[in-house]
Amino acid sequence: MTLAADVIAPFDEAGIEAVIREHVETRAPLAIRGAGTRAGLGRPVEAAPLSTARLTGITLFEPSELVIAAKAGTPVAEVEAELARAGQRLAFEPFDHRPLYRTTGEPTIGGLVATNASGPRRVQTGAARDALIGVRLVTGRGEAIRAGGRVMKNVTGYDITKLAAGSHGTLGVITEATFKTLPIAESETTLVIEGLDDAHGVAALCAGMGSPYEVSGAAHLPGEGGAPARTLLRLENFANQLRYRAGELADRLRSFGPAERLAPDDSRALWRSVAQAAPYLGPADRAVWRVSVAPTRAPGLVALLRDLALAHVYDWSGGLIWIATSPEGDAGAARLRALTRELRGHATLVRAPDAVRAAVGVFEPEAPALAKLSEKVRAAFDPAGVLNPGKMHDRRA
Amino acid sequence: MSGIAMPAPDPNILVRRDAIVAGLEALVSGEGVISSETERRAFETDALTAYRRLPLAVVLPATTEETAAVMRYLYAQGVPMVPRGAGTSLAGGALPQEDAVVIGVSRMSKVLDVDLANRTARVQTGVTNLGVSAAIAHEGFFYAPDPSSQLACTIAGNVAMNSGGAHCLKYGVTTNNLMGVTFVTVEGEIVEIGGDAMDAAGLDLLGLICGSEGQFGMVTEATLRILPMAEGARPILFGFPSPEAAGACVAAVLGAGVVPVAIEYMDRLAIDICEDFARAGYPRDVGAMLIVEVEGSPAEIDEQLARIAAIAEGHGMTHMREARTPAEAAAIWKGRKSAFGAMGRVSDYICMDGTIPTGRLPEVLTRIEAICEEQGLKVANIFHAGDGNLHPLVLYDMNDPVSLAKAERAGEDILLACVEVGGCLTGEHGVGIEKRELMTAQFTRIELEQQMRVKSAFDPRWLMNPAKVFPLENRLTEAAA
Repeated sequence: MTLAADVIAPFDEAGIEAVIREHVETRAPLAIRGAGTRAGLGRPVEAAPLSTARLTGITLFEPSELVIAAKAGTPVAEVEAELARAGQRLAFEPFDHRPLYRTTGEPTIGGLVATNASGPRRVQTGAARDALIGVRLVTGRGEAIRAGGRVMKNVTGYDITKLAAGSHGTLGVITEATFKTLPIAESETTLVIEGLDDAHGVAALCAGMGSPYEVSGAAHLPGEGGAPARTLLRLENFANQLRYRAGELADRLRSFGPAERLAPDDSRALWRSVAQAAPYLGPADRAVWRVSVAPTRAPGLVALLRDLALAHVYDWSGGLIWIATSPEGDAGAARLRALTRELRGHATLVRAPDAVRAAVGVFEPEAPALAKLSEKVRAAFDPAGVLNPGKMHDRRA
Repeated sequence: MSGIAMPAPDPNILVRRDAIVAGLEALVSGEGVISSETERRAFETDALTAYRRLPLAVVLPATTEETAAVMRYLYAQGVPMVPRGAGTSLAGGALPQEDAVVIGVSRMSKVLDVDLANRTARVQTGVTNLGVSAAIAHEGFFYAPDPSSQLACTIAGNVAMNSGGAHCLKYGVTTNNLMGVTFVTVEGEIVEIGGDAMDAAGLDLLGLICGSEGQFGMVTEATLRILPMAEGARPILFGFPSPEAAGACVAAVLGAGVVPVAIEYMDRLAIDICEDFARAGYPRDVGAMLIVEVEGSPAEIDEQLARIAAIAEGHGMTHMREARTPAEAAAIWKGRKSAFGAMGRVSDYICMDGTIPTGRLPEVLTRIEAICEEQGLKVANIFHAGDGNLHPLVLYDMNDPVSLAKAERAGEDILLACVEVGGCLTGEHGVGIEKRELMTAQFTRIELEQQMRVKSAFDPRWLMNPAKVFPLENRLTEAAA
């Protein structure tokens, strides 16, 4: 691991506490990072970088309890490899931002938690925040606290664990995280239906999700350059039960067209690609939006954005739409946000030039009452505003 | 049981009672304000029945807007508020106080909208947990969290306590099945948080509010994730010679890559009491029993149960009964589901709710036994074994204050043992008043202060359900923060 010279990277939690206290005293802001593979997510922060990259190591793994814990700087890949050796995994399929941002290095556990970065299986098993059962973090007061723990069911005190997930380093610096895990299914297949338009594709996905066959991935890849659209429904189970479920599901979706069944390896390769989103969004200089909306409203939203969307792809049964737009101007923010809001969804500008992200904001603007509550909660953790100031929302606004 | 203190009521509020009642009556439609002593008595306790406090008044708003108006008024008056669902809290979460107004959700109990394609239901939070599933069962859908009080308990209470249930091993608890809420702040402002789109941007206030024990505000509507029912489900019952063997079997099943929908554990005393009551056909000559339930098609169920049975055999299982018909399945669950009622027939009991790492199960069982023996009390153990959530039932005699004190002491020691092995004080019942003073065993002073700052962020004057969750001493109210 190499760190740029200007990065502050303490070797332990006490070191993080000391750095934060020092910066609280001088009111000098800090930009929190792990390995920096997702540094492009959020509004740009001008501040001294504080990294957790040197806090490494798996601190607990009990396969028979379905639980693993690791320090924040531990590479996600290391945790996944350790789990795989015991036939387990992080069920939410950690989202890897490297293909989107063209970054290198190893994404860390801290970054994963801070961005609540979930992949295709989120639609079935929940997000990163749902698998997260405990965290340690150093608040903006420079105080290390533990939230949650290592047990599956825990309602003792407030759920600070959930709050920390997806807080983008604005409440505290995560130093350790504990997840519940799940066994890797013995085998998998994907049903592929070709040639559906967006509306029928998403309808097929919703029909699959409403079936009892435990669809664990539901994506629609619109056709491009003459290639037919592909509607994907993943099934995972014991090997000799998959045939049954695939048959039943194909039968249920018969009205949408015949379904091809992918071999396990082909299925895995395809979902690795879906999980990255970037392969379907075209050149790297395009702006990328991540839009969340109730699935059945997604195709209609995309239709309204037809002139803006240079490319798009649906995951999470249609509930997640990746949309590529031109990086010029506001990257389509004004119209895209207005239409998304009308359909009760929310949009995140995942990739765009710094100036655009700074100007139009990255996360969905919150209604005033909600923004007020969020700001109070943030102040309860970081009263001096030293941690990633402005990363999520422009506080001067 | 009356060892847990409550703050002294504020006399300045008590003297204004008539004016406050009149103020409320001006804000709420219909029969929404309950002020007579007789009627208020119905609200003086929850399922922790040893503690009773007559509330100043009870108000039952009919809408979110009425709720907001009531809260705006009470906030301006500086009157504490105690939110109430169905009053089934085992931890005293809904226990009133004399200077507080109870705000109940019972007049807001509609299922507002069911969206099968998007797998969501929008409900008013006064609807019962089972009422949600009942409204969608004919479509083949259900709402997954299933606390054992689900016939009576409300979604409002489920959200406040982040309720679990027997089937959360597979489906998660309330927070994993909650997508949005209409939240009314203590000042009476209505805020929409989350909705029917996944993973709302911004800080996860939804996750924070879920499980906040009614200390932040009121939740009047919720968007719930609903799920298609499995093709079928089938329980299997195993008997083991010892608790240790049953505990080791649980760990082996989970480690082998099979995650059942539920794994329930009962020890010998629990089996005897349930069998006497329910005649479920439980084996009486075993040291402990597991009920394991799996889901899927008949062939899928066969395969999973075969794998689980093989593991159980490897752990010295001496008795096995697989449900072959729905009636047999119901019989297997009947004893477990009537456990608390059956127990109540033979003795008074307090039900603990700690969670432990499942690998520590045998050791903790031995300690629970020793702790209760030391107090001269019997204990029956009923657990959600798959997720380590223990429900030891400590038997005592309510008419004997010494017996009660011993039971409370044993209960405390059990919870402290749970924390000591890496677990927690409460897995699904909540802290309420019951475990309030034990919080310092699980959290450092700094951790508790941080949680109190979060409370102050929502409720700077500590008017929402204030006597709960945090020890009464050393509180960090706004002035001190």
